[in-house]
Amino acid sequence: MTTTGRRPLEGASRRPTRRGVASPGFRRARTPADAALLLIGACFVLPLLWLVFASLDTTAGYRTQLPASASLDNFAAVLTPELLLGPLWNSLLLSAGTATVTLGAAVLAAYPLSRFQSRFNRPFLYSILCGTCLPITAIMVPVYGLFVQLRLLDSLPATVLFLAATSLPMAIWMTKNFMDAVPVSLEEAAWVDGASGLTALRSVVLPLMRQGLGVVFIFVFIQTWGNFFVPFILLLSPSKQPASVSIFSFFGQHGAVAYGQLAAFSILYSVPVLVLYVLVARGAGGSFALSGAMKG
Amino acid sequence: MAERRTVRRQLRLLPVVPSVLLLLLFLAAPVLWSFHASFTNAALTGRNARNPAWTGVENYVRLFSDSAFPAAVLLTIVFVVASAVVGQNLLGLLIAGLMTRARKPVSAVVGTAVVAAWVLPEIVAAFAAYAYFSKDGTLNQLLGNAGAAGPDWLYAYPMVAVVLANIWRGTAFSMLVYRAALADVPRDISEAALMDGASGWQRLVFITLPLIRSSIATNLMLVTLQTLAVFTLIWVMTAGGPSNASTTLPVLAYQEAFKFGDIGYGTAIASVLIVLGLVFGIAYVRLLKGDKR
Repeated sequence: MTTTGRRPLEGASRRPTRRGVASPGFRRARTPADAALLLIGACFVLPLLWLVFASLDTTAGYRTQLPASASLDNFAAVLTPELLLGPLWNSLLLSAGTATVTLGAAVLAAYPLSRFQSRFNRPFLYSILCGTCLPITAIMVPVYGLFVQLRLLDSLPATVLFLAATSLPMAIWMTKNFMDAVPVSLEEAAWVDGASGLTALRSVVLPLMRQGLGVVFIFVFIQTWGNFFVPFILLLSPSKQPASVSIFSFFGQHGAVAYGQLAAFSILYSVPVLVLYVLVARGAGGSFALSGAMKG
Repeated sequence: MAERRTVRRQLRLLPVVPSVLLLLLFLAAPVLWSFHASFTNAALTGRNARNPAWTGVENYVRLFSDSAFPAAVLLTIVFVVASAVVGQNLLGLLIAGLMTRARKPVSAVVGTAVVAAWVLPEIVAAFAAYAYFSKDGTLNQLLGNAGAAGPDWLYAYPMVAVVLANIWRGTAFSMLVYRAALADVPRDISEAALMDGASGWQRLVFITLPLIRSSIATNLMLVTLQTLAVFTLIWVMTAGGPSNASTTLPVLAYQEAFKFGDIGYGTAIASVLIVLGLVFGIAYVRLLKGDKR
């Protein structure tokens, strides 16, 4: 099945179907299904066209048009320390910091939840699950108040801790599921040798769930990288703001909006998460395959 | 001996402490603080910022007599139902269903296009949607080519624009959920129904949908909650305007608290949202628990 994806379209239609005689209905419906899907796909791509065209067009506005003369001037113009590199660095600090704190706390929390029976486990896990349902936009007003009282406003580490807390519920659930897939029998040898739980966690469990850990890390990283509202409220000084907030510097600075540069900035800011998403999409497949192999 | 064992048992829970502290300080405390502050006249600046006074239910009374609040509740319901429950949910199911029939390369390409809108940072997606719906944006250019003069969507029909934009942005999630669910439906069951002469609709209604019932419930719950919290998309596209025509609860809470500096009133609105989220959350947990039995 892996080779079919690389075949040209025309070849695929003439290829005899492998589904056998029982599915003439499925095969007959293919062409309309293809057409409908392509139409939907086109609707999803359309809003992105402006982004691509405008980034290459030095005279771009909100009209979507093929640039008269495509140039990389917009990209060159935003590739400065103040406009792009500084904000991206801040985004990196925020995202990597949040993902690290989240993963560390989630691994520690998931271990007893996954390995030891306790009457606290289920209530804890379910109240955490409930916590994932808190609308983040609703708690920003009280969080702002909290940060003012604790004098934590405009502090990168405090923002990292808050972002870590918001992504923890999901991360604990994911980490616990990945950890459940590592058989306890593998740790028992370490326990017999007198290793404590945490030593067994570090030397036996974590190496076996490396891919799962990667998925959780990247998942939190992508979420934080794209987050606009939280840094927008909690970080005040421009030198600390990540790219999601500094993007507004393209508005009204000199009266007019630099659309072309805005688009170029957006693209450069999006590339890292697009790459990471591809990685996680593959990593998830890999780790599911891994757990499947162990069960079998 | 027994005592030592209980101590050791409790020590086992020690690694959970960092997570619990983070969650208590940054999620539980703000929620409690929100309920408390909503009964005060706390403000962003001035005298009330330093010494907020207890005002009882005044904020809530004001909330229900303020015409902006019921309007925002209504707009939030419209936004959630139209863009999440109907739009994202049905379109996601439709795309996933079509994918089981379409050729593999077509599904792969279209799947990537749908996911791209979802993976983009929210602020970038919001700008792209703004450009798309703006007066001489892509949508009106397309309509112009077809011979129709498009309206200025963001002013004339702001809710239509933000609902469509949110469908564009969020459908990928439902699509992924339903693709996984449909992949788990045993093929022989629906082939058996096909042999028995069931039409496509009958197979969908009587076989596929009941089999993926729990995925549908979970997905509805999650997209509803995600959409309830949407702020950036609306704020960038319309900023809640024109004249509050697209002000949903998160936008209203933001405006009251940060633009007008009325933290007390803002937290009252936020508290309503939090209660809504918790109600959905408890229902969601119930649903999952019931599922396991």
